[in-house]
Amino acid sequence: MTSPIQCHTLGNGLTVLIQPMPWLRTAALSLNLQAGVHREPAHLGGLSSLVCEMIQRGAGQYSSRDLVAAQDNLGIDRNSGVSTAFVSFGASMPSDSLPAAISLYADIVRNPHLPHDQLEDARMMAIQELRAMEDEPTHRVMRRLRELHYGEVLGRSNFGTETGIQQITQDDIRSFYQTNYHSSGGILSIAGNVDPTEVLDCVNTAFGNWRTGSLEDLPCPSGVATYEHFESSSSQTHIGFAFDAIPYSHPDYFKLRAGMGILSDGMSSRLFDRVREQRGLCYTVTASCHSLKNGGGVFGYAGTTPERAQETLDVTLHEIENLLEDMSSSELDRWKVRIESGLIMEQESSASRASSMASDFYQLGRPMTTIELESLIESLRLEDIRDYWSANPPKDYRVVTLGPDPLKVPASPQPTAN
Amino acid sequence: MPEFRETTLSNGLRIAAEIDQRGYSAAFGYFVRAGSRDEVDRESGLSHFLEHMMFKGTRHRSAADVNRELDELGGQSNAYTSEEQTVYYATVLPKFQDRLIDLLTDMLSPILDENEFATERQVILEEIAKYEDQPPFGAFERAMEVHFGPRGLGRRILGTAESIRTMQAATMRDYFNRRYRPENIVLAAAGNIDFDALVPQVEKLTEDWSDRPDVAAPEKDPDDSVPLGISLEPKIISTDAKQAYLVGISPGPSSRSDDRYAARVLGSVMGDEGGSRLFWELIDSGRAEVATLWPHEFMREGAWFSYMVCAPEDVKSNQRLMNDIIQSTLEKGIQPEELKQTLNKATAGAIMQSERPSNRLFGIGSRWLTCGEYLSTDDALDCLCKITIEDVNQAAQKYLTTNPTEIIAEAEPSAATH
Repeated sequence: MTSPIQCHTLGNGLTVLIQPMPWLRTAALSLNLQAGVHREPAHLGGLSSLVCEMIQRGAGQYSSRDLVAAQDNLGIDRNSGVSTAFVSFGASMPSDSLPAAISLYADIVRNPHLPHDQLEDARMMAIQELRAMEDEPTHRVMRRLRELHYGEVLGRSNFGTETGIQQITQDDIRSFYQTNYHSSGGILSIAGNVDPTEVLDCVNTAFGNWRTGSLEDLPCPSGVATYEHFESSSSQTHIGFAFDAIPYSHPDYFKLRAGMGILSDGMSSRLFDRVREQRGLCYTVTASCHSLKNGGGVFGYAGTTPERAQETLDVTLHEIENLLEDMSSSELDRWKVRIESGLIMEQESSASRASSMASDFYQLGRPMTTIELESLIESLRLEDIRDYWSANPPKDYRVVTLGPDPLKVPASPQPTAN
Repeated sequence: MPEFRETTLSNGLRIAAEIDQRGYSAAFGYFVRAGSRDEVDRESGLSHFLEHMMFKGTRHRSAADVNRELDELGGQSNAYTSEEQTVYYATVLPKFQDRLIDLLTDMLSPILDENEFATERQVILEEIAKYEDQPPFGAFERAMEVHFGPRGLGRRILGTAESIRTMQAATMRDYFNRRYRPENIVLAAAGNIDFDALVPQVEKLTEDWSDRPDVAAPEKDPDDSVPLGISLEPKIISTDAKQAYLVGISPGPSSRSDDRYAARVLGSVMGDEGGSRLFWELIDSGRAEVATLWPHEFMREGAWFSYMVCAPEDVKSNQRLMNDIIQSTLEKGIQPEELKQTLNKATAGAIMQSERPSNRLFGIGSRWLTCGEYLSTDDALDCLCKITIEDVNQAAQKYLTTNPTEIIAEAEPSAATH
């Protein structure tokens, strides 16, 4: 049981997606504006995140504290953050609160106070987050891996850099806000127990007369094969690896994805079974697809004690490179059931539906219904995966390790020390 | 409205289900009264090790069969171990109920094969090493050990590297027979459940559970020593840590205490992420990355945790601020708007939680196992919404006036004394 997705484009370019889910008591919205990390000047890493924080420190008739009180009293469970392309605001709530929430979020993105006397507090907050991330070895490895994989701009972390954050001025905040917060290229998706006509009215009132602005395409990925090692006296050696892959919008994407599913989705997947269960080499081993609009990658991670790190890396890459050997239809079938069950259970969550719709629309340029996705998954055959993976074998690995000693990485130069 | 049904099988196993035929999914979990508090020194880490071994094969299924079948049923399945219980759970589409119950129930009669035991020992040692690289984990573990003592409720869940290296499969078999008795186990279910089919199926599958041999309780550990591999030092040196991690622990309400709702409201007013007293003073201002406190209910005891993450040089000044906020709450109490905001937020949160059976499962199973009591979402909300300002202020007087045990994890112990 799924309802159709309604798709409207307002006169100012804001896309509005609505999916009624009348069996729920909740509703959720996901507001995405093209004010993400890629719009930051190179020397101001962290600016997009700081602007996202600053616009929530008071807007319209609300002070910073009033905003939080209003959100809590409406029962809004919320999150916000930046990614490469977007700044995103997610809010889920009892469905009665939705009209008020739409107007509240319009205030936040359209009429923020950007209080200059709170910039130092917000800056300190950003630095705190950055430092806490430094204490997570997995995060350090995966952050550096992403930089190496996608190259400058696309590889940037949303947490920014300490020097970047220190340099940001009130003028930078205002100017980033003025340039990038507008309706053009924005996506507002709404799912849950809602009446689409009423919702569209609310959205028109709240956003219909918002200004337009200019957009910039994402640059092309520019990473190259390389190996870097962070020396650390950590208990485990943390291993991150990545290789090029097609993005979500590519017609072959699900052939890639199904192969990755066989490798790493579930407890009977090859990496979990052969690296952890059969050999006991690690507690965590995983690999999955990541997609930007114009590029993608497979990112993997394994953590293991230093004396077994080389074997862990070797076995993991061996499994990935030998996916096609003895691949069986039961492996594909298991992956299909997992994906299809997930899609059905997504009907229980308005928040999860709202965010999937926004992401599908951005990647594909159109909404994708659950039924369409289900039939796409169902139609995949073993031969499709075989054809795709033989034509596109994993290569040009980017590898990052953190631990007492560097590892030997296939077909790559000596590690660069950090 | 969901319907609650329960029964006790002839072997003593209890079943408790919150049934809602409109659900897209069905969640099931075996809740076992076996946790680290039930272990003696030479068993340290056994409850958790045993949890891993449940996925390692039965008389009817190999380890690979177990993982493969779990994946074939498409849902989300996993297990966890706490101080007081071990839980094995899965959420699947309702059509898979029969097969999932067959599998989960069979898993609870593991063969504990020696080879699998040896391989899994390595995985557990990796898990211990993984957490050693995460300073906050060690600080919480130490806080429990110092506050409750390193035996009983304070015993660490993963065990020590020493206890895991020397663990014998025979010791595990004895522990299994002692704790995994039908009267110690609850099967909980939530969502679209066929209860009338469930009961006879489980009755049949668990027929021989009462035949498990009686095992005498192990000899008690000496009271006058500290277990091997355990330290009770309040300072943990985490080389390379950028931030300092401070954990405080003092008594709180137990899961049977009448104060627990008032204590939860107090925790929310004081420590919620976004909009609480500690948030505005310490997080919003960028003084700390985390500053919070909350009650944690155990079966017969309770703990009140505080947690702060900040730069090592700011620990002292932030501790003073935190104490000032607690003092002012003790002297002036909380405000009516704060109570209203907290109750609105909690009400919405409970409604949103209730839409996913997988969220409901844990509350239902734990409560039935430890108290033999069922609380619907509406019952729990009624209890919460009856809370008055006086109740919250009394909870503050009762729980915030004790000096907490404090544990700090940081790079250099001298850095905090600036």
